[in-house]
Amino acid sequence: MINEIFLMNGYGLYVWSAFAFTLLSFVSLYLITRIQYVKEKNKFISKFGNLNSERAASAKSQSINREILSNISSI
Amino acid sequence: MFKYFEPNKIFSVTSKAPKYVLLLFIIVLSIGLAEALIFSPEDYKQSHSVRIMYVHVPAAWISLGIFSSITFLSIVGYIFKIRNFFLISKSLAPSGLVFNIVALVTGSIWGKPTWGTWWAWDARITSMLILVLFYIMYLVSWRIYENKDKVFKISTVITTLGIINVPIIRYSVDWWNTLHQPASINILSKSSIHVSMLVPLLIMTAAFALFSLLIFLMKYNTELIKIKNKGLDRL
Repeated sequence: MINEIFLMNGYGLYVWSAFAFTLLSFVSLYLITRIQYVKEKNKFISKFGNLNSERAASAKSQSINREILSNISSI
Repeated sequence: MFKYFEPNKIFSVTSKAPKYVLLLFIIVLSIGLAEALIFSPEDYKQSHSVRIMYVHVPAAWISLGIFSSITFLSIVGYIFKIRNFFLISKSLAPSGLVFNIVALVTGSIWGKPTWGTWWAWDARITSMLILVLFYIMYLVSWRIYENKDKVFKISTVITTLGIINVPIIRYSVDWWNTLHQPASINILSKSSIHVSMLVPLLIMTAAFALFSLLIFLMKYNTELIKIKNKGLDRL
């Protein structure tokens, strides 16, 4: 049974490499996208931290900015 | 109607959605992989190599679907000046490109045991390769041009030219004598694929669609935060 799953009548190498390539592409794209997301979010948090209280209050009046700051650990 | 698509309004949804989509994707993909690699039968002609279809076909379908969506959104966005449609298009493109590459590479791996060659300048394969070039041109245009109006115009031209290739890909197997087999699934007429193979194919398609949704949401959120970063600079 196990042999049949891995060898697949001699087609195992083709089948498994096709699935492995697909999953590797998915993992790479997910990681790249996540790294970009975290980088932009950290940039936003750092810029926000450097604002004076008046500007910070002005920025916080926008709901999207509040969402970005409140979703620090999302994804 | 377009006011519902405003980034400020939908960010509260798009920022929370990825974790649920990721969970759903893992569940559907696990079921799909078990069906595709273990439970589905082998083909009477192609034996186990037919299992490559479960990654090759959904990847091709979704890359074509994404490119068509990008074109539609770019044209509508350009005509009605809806900037958010360009943001959605830009966020869809990376997963479209990856699916297109997956379709080409897995097709090539399938080609070796089936046709005896990794590559052939066949109408279907060549037109899919051209689609990769259009995806690359589209993504590069966003990197090259700083001026937003210019990039909206250039990216719309690229997608409008690229969409001509989509019906060519679809009908290439009917119009020309190709190595690539004709479509086994037809919405308008009876499909030639057995239900025992159709079910895993549809599950894998759902998994791939969820993955493209996940990447789209993450990319879209990144683009929105990028815009907000520029907004903080102007304060």
